[in-house]
Amino acid sequence: MAQLDTRAKLEILADAAKYDASCASSGSIKRTSRDGKGIGSTDSGMGICHAYAPDGRCISLLKILLTNSCIFDCHYCINRKSSNVRRARFTAEEVVRLTLSFYRRNYIEGLFLSSGIIGSSNYTMEQIVEVARSLREDHEFRGYIHLKTIPDADPELIHQAGLHADRISINVELPTASGLKRLAPEKSQDRIEGAMAGMSDAILDTADARKHYKSAPRFAPAGQSTQMIVGADAATDRDIVSRAAGLYGSFGLKRVYYSAFSPIPDASAVLPLQRPPLMREHRLYQSDWLMRFYDFKPGEVADAADDNGMMRLDIDPKLAWALKFRGSFPVDVNIAPREMLLRVPGLGTRAVDKIVAARRGRRLSLADIGRLTVSLAKVRPFLIASDWRPVALADKADVPLPPPPAKQMELFG
Amino acid sequence: MLAADAMREIALDAEDDFDGWREGVRAAVRDGIAPERIVWRVGSAPGELFGEAAPAAAGAASFTVPRAFVDLARKAILHSDRERFALLHTLLVRLLARPGLLDDAADPLVRRVEGLAREVRRDIHKMRAFVRFREVAEPEGARFVAWFEPDFHIVRANAVFFLDRFASMRWSILTPEVSIHWDGATLAEGPGATKADAPDGDPVEAMWQSYYAAIFNPARLKVGMMLKEMPRKYWKNMPETALVPQLIAGAQAREAGMVETARTKPGGNIEAAWAALREEAMSCTRCPLHEHATQTVFGEGPVDAAMLFVGEQPGDQEDLAGRPFVGPAGQLFDRALAEAGIDRDTIYVTNAVKHFKFEQRGKRRIHAKPDAGEITACRWWIEQERALVRPKRTVALGATAARSLFGKAVTISRERGRALELPGGGEAWITVHPSYLLRLPDPTARAEEYARFVADLKAAAHT
Repeated sequence: MAQLDTRAKLEILADAAKYDASCASSGSIKRTSRDGKGIGSTDSGMGICHAYAPDGRCISLLKILLTNSCIFDCHYCINRKSSNVRRARFTAEEVVRLTLSFYRRNYIEGLFLSSGIIGSSNYTMEQIVEVARSLREDHEFRGYIHLKTIPDADPELIHQAGLHADRISINVELPTASGLKRLAPEKSQDRIEGAMAGMSDAILDTADARKHYKSAPRFAPAGQSTQMIVGADAATDRDIVSRAAGLYGSFGLKRVYYSAFSPIPDASAVLPLQRPPLMREHRLYQSDWLMRFYDFKPGEVADAADDNGMMRLDIDPKLAWALKFRGSFPVDVNIAPREMLLRVPGLGTRAVDKIVAARRGRRLSLADIGRLTVSLAKVRPFLIASDWRPVALADKADVPLPPPPAKQMELFG
Repeated sequence: MLAADAMREIALDAEDDFDGWREGVRAAVRDGIAPERIVWRVGSAPGELFGEAAPAAAGAASFTVPRAFVDLARKAILHSDRERFALLHTLLVRLLARPGLLDDAADPLVRRVEGLAREVRRDIHKMRAFVRFREVAEPEGARFVAWFEPDFHIVRANAVFFLDRFASMRWSILTPEVSIHWDGATLAEGPGATKADAPDGDPVEAMWQSYYAAIFNPARLKVGMMLKEMPRKYWKNMPETALVPQLIAGAQAREAGMVETARTKPGGNIEAAWAALREEAMSCTRCPLHEHATQTVFGEGPVDAAMLFVGEQPGDQEDLAGRPFVGPAGQLFDRALAEAGIDRDTIYVTNAVKHFKFEQRGKRRIHAKPDAGEITACRWWIEQERALVRPKRTVALGATAARSLFGKAVTISRERGRALELPGGGEAWITVHPSYLLRLPDPTARAEEYARFVADLKAAAHT
């Protein structure tokens, strides 16, 4: 019967956690349990997605709340105080057991633990830390742990969390301060950013200490991340991009997650009824990518937006930028600097690296480029190769556009 | 003596015998035997009749290759492509002649071999992801057993991952080609197995399925994305995938249900929600109009109003007062409402665009028509207002309001005077904007148009 209880709780507390987009298990340090003690391993590179749900999201970690009771009343949150959802609470030991039994069967890479706020921020944070401590110390668990820190928790508790966790995070929730005020009246942008700054300092300090003392403890080696909800406040894509750029810059975040607001059961009247198109979320991730991997400055990404500050839904932001700044094209693949090749729609970072390596040995033709990219048709109008030059394309009004995106709902038989 | 055109047969111990391949290919390079003259034989497959066995290794050939080639070959050799041994040999010969060859990813051979390696890496990754252990009780203690069907010959190469992770458990991974077993101290190999050799269940799987179903967000279906990363060929050995069809089937209904509940049984905080929304709108910068306008002019009226009227944009007086419909057009509107039998205190009035757009002419601010971009930017607020008020009827006053509500240009003369269906659901009526009446120079025409306007309002209110 005890197991049934755990299962019922799991249903409630996983359901309550699913609005958090993050499930990454990447970017930590290499650990193994080859010594026969404990269990688990992590790698420094990419994580592993052990399954995918029909929402297209990766299932890498056991993502649950310790409890979905909460003293806060954030309108977008299914767990808010005024919501009628069923409440449940795991004990720390239950979470530990569940994590280990899933891990042993190779269902997961580790644990992502968050919680509603019960009692006080400190009390809640203590419970979260206890789960991580028990996994690490009592069971020598060497898999991945991501802990969500609680707003306004004592810095010492957050420090404890960072010592056990691979990654820690706190959500900024809404892209604008006015949106946060409307939708999460108990939260404050200043206090959230204060906590981020504290974690950022601790991550830098411990990384620095380890340069001098090998035995210095690690603090969240996979860094910190955050999430903002898209489409529940009035922020435009341009606002969101610039907010994200500020967060990356100020707090050295590893990732900013964007979560298209989705309707929740027992919704508050403050919320919009309909979700924004999922494509909007996708375009924001692409914009984020442009800043992180393609050397675009935040202002340049914003340039890709339309007059209303929104990214076009029909084409990706890199193509939108290229169409706006046709004068920068075509780019000669045999001589252009890497940063210009990165601007070519359809050329990914890997293709660019391959082009740069290959052209050291010989001049590249269009057929060569075709072997290095996914779609030659997409890149061709924008580049010059040894045997190819687009015909005055930079001035032509119509660059071939991709076919309209497929409908989001798909038949499934 | 070796004839230049003699065939050579090289035997490999197994499909993934990288060391055997390396030894054979070293000897072939040393002896100058071209790749097409080598017959690669794996395990106990019958030998080629004309094959000539390689002479015993007579000292390693004296050449070196870049580390990157060894890494690439170690991966590519695990592929099932029968040509892989010869392709790698050819690549090696070309690499010795052109040391930078591997940097040339556009070279067709480099690309093909890298393609093999990439497919192998993916298979390795998917095995790490999708192996599912089931616990069985054995006299010595628990053993965790998995059945997996890889595409390529990756099992031995992949064993180290499971060792690093599960060294303290006793486990077995059974595959059609080979089985590997870890007893806590040594890794043993056994023959291939069948699915029937593996346990057929584990009580924890029910928990895992519960988790899988609960973590799925029905408000966002992206089946294509799921299939790309978790192709169906893996499903048969994963306990959670049995749930996929029912989750998808139920998803749309669950989302529609949530939206419907929110629509019909809103929370008890609509007043507060409206006040918060209005406050947020005060700092709106969604379009550039906020730069010159005095303030956001938000809608007003009871939040449970049965009728919601949408005008164009605030004018000079509204901009200063911060309230909609207080200028000359507003006064005319009030008069028409009264004649149509509509109590102004029971309706909600707002504008399609919430900042005043004007051109400065001397000291006067002359109204300027908002463009499509500004209307689109401001639609967000109208949608929020309509979601809160949930009016039975929405009345668009003028082309700008109609464009905002319908998302496209609408011809008023053709659509006025009858009920229309809004794109997101709901009933709408269209008529002219009262300022249009003020601009008509001919008093007779103005009177006629005013009468039509009142008739439209009446129809919208009482039909």
